[in-house]
Amino acid sequence: MVADRREPAQVTATPAAVDLIAELVEEHGPLMFHQSGGCCDGSAPMCFVRGEMKLGSRDVHLGDVGGQPFYIGGDQYERWKHTTLILDVVPGRGAGFSIEAPRGVRFLIRSDVCAPA
Amino acid sequence: MRYESPNQEGSKVTYQSRYGNFIGGEFVDPIDGKFFENISPVTGQPFCEIARSTAKDVERALDAAHKAKAAWGKTSAAARSTMLMKIADVMEENLEMLAISETWDNGKAVRETLAADLPLAIDHFRYFAGCLRAEEGSMAELDEHTVAYHLKEPLGVVGQIIPWNFPLLMAAWKLAPALAAGNAVVLKPAEQTPATIMLWADLIKDILPPGVLNIVQGFGVEAGKPLAQSPRVAKVAFTGETTTGRLIMQYASENLIPVTLELGGKSPNVFFADVMAEDDSFRQKALEGFAMFALNQGEVCTCPSRALVESSIYDEFMALAEARTRAIEPGHPLDTDTRIGAQASNDQLEKILSYIDIGKKEGAKLRCGGERVTLPGELEGGYYVAPTIFEGHNKMRVFQEEIFGPVVSVAKFEDYDDAISIANDTLYGLGAGVWTRNTHTAFRAGRAIEAGRVWTNCYHLYPAHAAFGGYKHSGIGRENHKMMLAHYQQTKNLLVSYDPEPMGFF
Repeated sequence: MVADRREPAQVTATPAAVDLIAELVEEHGPLMFHQSGGCCDGSAPMCFVRGEMKLGSRDVHLGDVGGQPFYIGGDQYERWKHTTLILDVVPGRGAGFSIEAPRGVRFLIRSDVCAPA
Repeated sequence: MRYESPNQEGSKVTYQSRYGNFIGGEFVDPIDGKFFENISPVTGQPFCEIARSTAKDVERALDAAHKAKAAWGKTSAAARSTMLMKIADVMEENLEMLAISETWDNGKAVRETLAADLPLAIDHFRYFAGCLRAEEGSMAELDEHTVAYHLKEPLGVVGQIIPWNFPLLMAAWKLAPALAAGNAVVLKPAEQTPATIMLWADLIKDILPPGVLNIVQGFGVEAGKPLAQSPRVAKVAFTGETTTGRLIMQYASENLIPVTLELGGKSPNVFFADVMAEDDSFRQKALEGFAMFALNQGEVCTCPSRALVESSIYDEFMALAEARTRAIEPGHPLDTDTRIGAQASNDQLEKILSYIDIGKKEGAKLRCGGERVTLPGELEGGYYVAPTIFEGHNKMRVFQEEIFGPVVSVAKFEDYDDAISIANDTLYGLGAGVWTRNTHTAFRAGRAIEAGRVWTNCYHLYPAHAAFGGYKHSGIGRENHKMMLAHYQQTKNLLVSYDPEPMGFF
């Protein structure tokens, strides 16, 4: 099972990203996000129809954006957990199998450092 | 010297207004008739339209590939090899045209496409043409009457998904071994850089039999995904990032087929103190090795984006390294003097800027660069970034994720063990660099760093016949070496008895 949702959520979304999510939900139904790593379009968030990607026992549920769950791999979480993620959207050309790309836009992650507990 | 921009009078490159797919030896429009605008990162402006293919086009390409595969797989090694050599020859005759197009489509400096992308791609076809001729199976005499023959057979039809950072070279890396091994291919280029391969296909279309090579353009989700999911491919090869890599494996598991994956890295470039022992050409070579993070605008899976410098030389080394970095200024990518061009897309530019932002927020010290550069004239809308040096520690995000931009994060280390510990404190293991005058340190460090390629007293060389691939999250399989033929082959064992007598069991 995927780890429980982080409280407080470690991911939020800009209004532009929330609007795009709403449009995509209308077109495709429920969605999911998975934070990628590595090269090319790595370090970019990927958006899929919910259930498209099989989650593993070590994926971490960072929170929900626009009502859709956002996950990151467990190893990557360990190296990113001192930061919070802000999902944004910019004009762009595509990446992996993320479903927003044909619209000429691309989800993007901005980050903040977590406040000391 | 400045090459004229494509589609202008005097340019060696003229694009059609739109490109379809290359299927069954012909250029065909996508079945749904949809196209998308292809943008040059040099200017930020569209310059042609590209097929927006769907699963229907992928099926059409697979039909063509399956029709071609039996004859191609039985074509003699000599004949297949000759065709690969002809492809290389035609590319060489058109090297400048292809290099200019690659610069226009990707944004990289033409100095690099002329000196690296194209010559390496050409040599790759020649290398596998040669390997193919020298390849042989094996025979083992198991006992007096029994022989095991091992013969190599092609897999059949394979799917390949190519990245945008070296579009034509990455296509060559995947196509040459797959075709050499006797497979038919359906290839999906990256939607950011789809143009040059269509010029290339036009040059080589009469060399290969129809259907042996098929190119389907479009978006990952609409064209790449159906290819990766298809039960009609015997293998999928992908270069990209980890989430898509996981999906490719997931789809492959549903079809029980193999994959090869190259998913990037966060490569350490380790400078031991003795590089500064003399003020000589080797010191200059090491400083050049530091500045290699700017090659291809940092858009390389093995970008040496973590520089680790021994503390006893840190201040002196970094002063020289910074001066060398500041001398790398973005310019017109079609000017042969330009040493750094444009990032490949707007979203790539935005991602780099977002990483520079988190680097600052985490307290990394910005030593130089750190900003978008706006160039005048037609370049105003292009995606340029100043080469950037951060200083910090290895737990920072800018040390842990490949930014895929001209950004290097630098940390100090105290001794050999500290260097290896920091170098290996990463999820990835694709490339690494080791710089030292001491041959013992060089060998020990090279073996201790968990990466598939450790450049020792050099960096960013990609010759054919040196295996390239990753440890850890960086992927599965190797490229660039004759061993790769095996990634595209089955092994057929014929177990033969020459004994006329029965076994006597039943």
